[in-house]
Amino acid sequence: MNQIKNFTKGFLKENPIFVLVLGMCPALGTSSSALNGLGMGLATTFVLVMSNIVISIIARWIPNKVRIPSYIVVIATFVSIVDLLMKAYTNTPGPNGEPSLYDQLGIFIPLIVVNCIVLARAEAFASKNDIISSAIDGLGIGLGFTMALFLLGSIRELLGNMSILNHKFIKDDGILLFVLAPGAFITLGFLIAIMRKITAKIYKNK
Amino acid sequence: MAKKESTLNNMFFTLLIISLISTALLSFVYIKTKSPIEKVTELKKNLAIKKVIPEFNNSPINECIKLPIKQLKGNDSITLDTLKIYLGKLNDSITGYAIETFSNEGFSGKIKLMVGFLPDGIIKTIEVIEQNETPGLGDKIYKTKSKFSLQFEGKNPQNFKIFVKKDGGDVDAITAATITSRAFCDAVRRAYDGFNYAKKLSNSN
Amino acid sequence: MEYIIIIISAVLVNNIVLAKFLGICPFMGVSNKLDTSIGMGIAVIFVMILSTTVTFILHKYVLSPLNLEFLKTISFILVIAALVQTVEIILKKTSPSLYQALGIFLPLITTNCTILGVALLTIQKNYNIAEAVVFSASNGLGFTLALIIFSSIREQIELSDVPETMKGIPIAFVTAGLLAMAFMGFANIVK
Repeated sequence: MNQIKNFTKGFLKENPIFVLVLGMCPALGTSSSALNGLGMGLATTFVLVMSNIVISIIARWIPNKVRIPSYIVVIATFVSIVDLLMKAYTNTPGPNGEPSLYDQLGIFIPLIVVNCIVLARAEAFASKNDIISSAIDGLGIGLGFTMALFLLGSIRELLGNMSILNHKFIKDDGILLFVLAPGAFITLGFLIAIMRKITAKIYKNK
Repeated sequence: MAKKESTLNNMFFTLLIISLISTALLSFVYIKTKSPIEKVTELKKNLAIKKVIPEFNNSPINECIKLPIKQLKGNDSITLDTLKIYLGKLNDSITGYAIETFSNEGFSGKIKLMVGFLPDGIIKTIEVIEQNETPGLGDKIYKTKSKFSLQFEGKNPQNFKIFVKKDGGDVDAITAATITSRAFCDAVRRAYDGFNYAKKLSNSN
Repeated sequence: MEYIIIIISAVLVNNIVLAKFLGICPFMGVSNKLDTSIGMGIAVIFVMILSTTVTFILHKYVLSPLNLEFLKTISFILVIAALVQTVEIILKKTSPSLYQALGIFLPLITTNCTILGVALLTIQKNYNIAEAVVFSASNGLGFTLALIIFSSIREQIELSDVPETMKGIPIAFVTAGLLAMAFMGFANIVK
């Protein structure tokens, strides 16, 4: 397997958000700022890589009918681990009293367990491939997801809060809509359309 | 690779073994992170307390008066939550009361505040500990987002009515976020009750 | 009176899909036809009430007293997966036609963020068992409502002239955004 292609497919060709249309819930719920999206993406990537590795090892011993519940238990374990780690190490409030990253991501951390991406990769790839390829697949897809979330978060934060990476450069509020629910939907919709056009152009020329 | 047969025994044992190993791994991580989690939770609390009361050289977390807040529901009273009153002392004389208060009336759920009272009952300042309100509207209770919470500073609840103006009080609500403003006031009033309770207790000592 | 507030809040004001961003995958995937939407909605309401009740009891009488909170995620998702599997088996035996109609949706519900999400939210809110049931039923209703409205709109969009790049998912998202904006208008009903 060409590991380089395996890794990079997660960014454009098989980007979970823009192409596979998976993992929408956290994409909308945690992309109110670039750093939130980044944090969420990295936590998900951790779970993806770890569960892909474990599942590629144990898949052959799992009877077919219990494979989904088994995968879910493995995924849930790593999600709980990430939750505990974040509660311990990314839980300090910001210098101006802003809530910690852990508090900002809130309920979406345990919800990684039902993030369609993780289960989909386990079922479609990790259970059928070797450890190294599965790990790299998890890393690529996870980072592609992170990139999408960071992009979405940056746009929403810039337009909605007039800030870049939590630093406001204009004192006033931005277009509030973008920080709220409707803004998330609309921005994502347009972003998907734009990414589609770009991806189509790139692959047309290959 | 040949997958194992899906017999009932196989399925049951596979799931059992996976669950056992997972629980063991998770328990391990839990034990290892227990102490850092406790440390950071205490740190967060200390940071909040430091912000709302004048200088102290005791450990307010260890001098905490708890006041359960009950509510009547039908024939029972249930405990909504507990007010935590932290005493800040400089060389054994009280410099301030930091009160961890709450309101369940927030637009999107619970709001938790840390209200600092000086010994004479004047509000020093208020920090938001936890909230889920609407970004851009309810989250203006943060000092960094609007002047709303600043209007409470230096006020004495005895002659500053902690209700929004709409309800006959003296508080200027956040525009378009009346519910959040009301919940904020609810939490501050509760804190004041806690202050009076704690003052009585410490006076009788 | 308390219950009415819970219901209105969950269905309209804090709608699980349009305000809390849970359940987007099935929302986008199922909503292009009205009848599948209704079927999915009913399945979700049923599973949601059942799983919230069971996880609530599990949390209140086992996890919390024994200080096993960190096993919340794992135990909840196992309960949900088991429940869905059981419902599928029972449905297959008692009502094969309904089973056929719901088809692939049932196993999909396990990974539906709404089920786990609502179970977790209920714990956060400190409800008693009766309020928990009402809360879960209302969220299921809110999901179904959003789904039905959305699929009706989508069926109309199929017949409209949409620019090529926006066809399918992108226009669906923009529509969802507009729908979410409309629901924001409910913000001040409660109180």
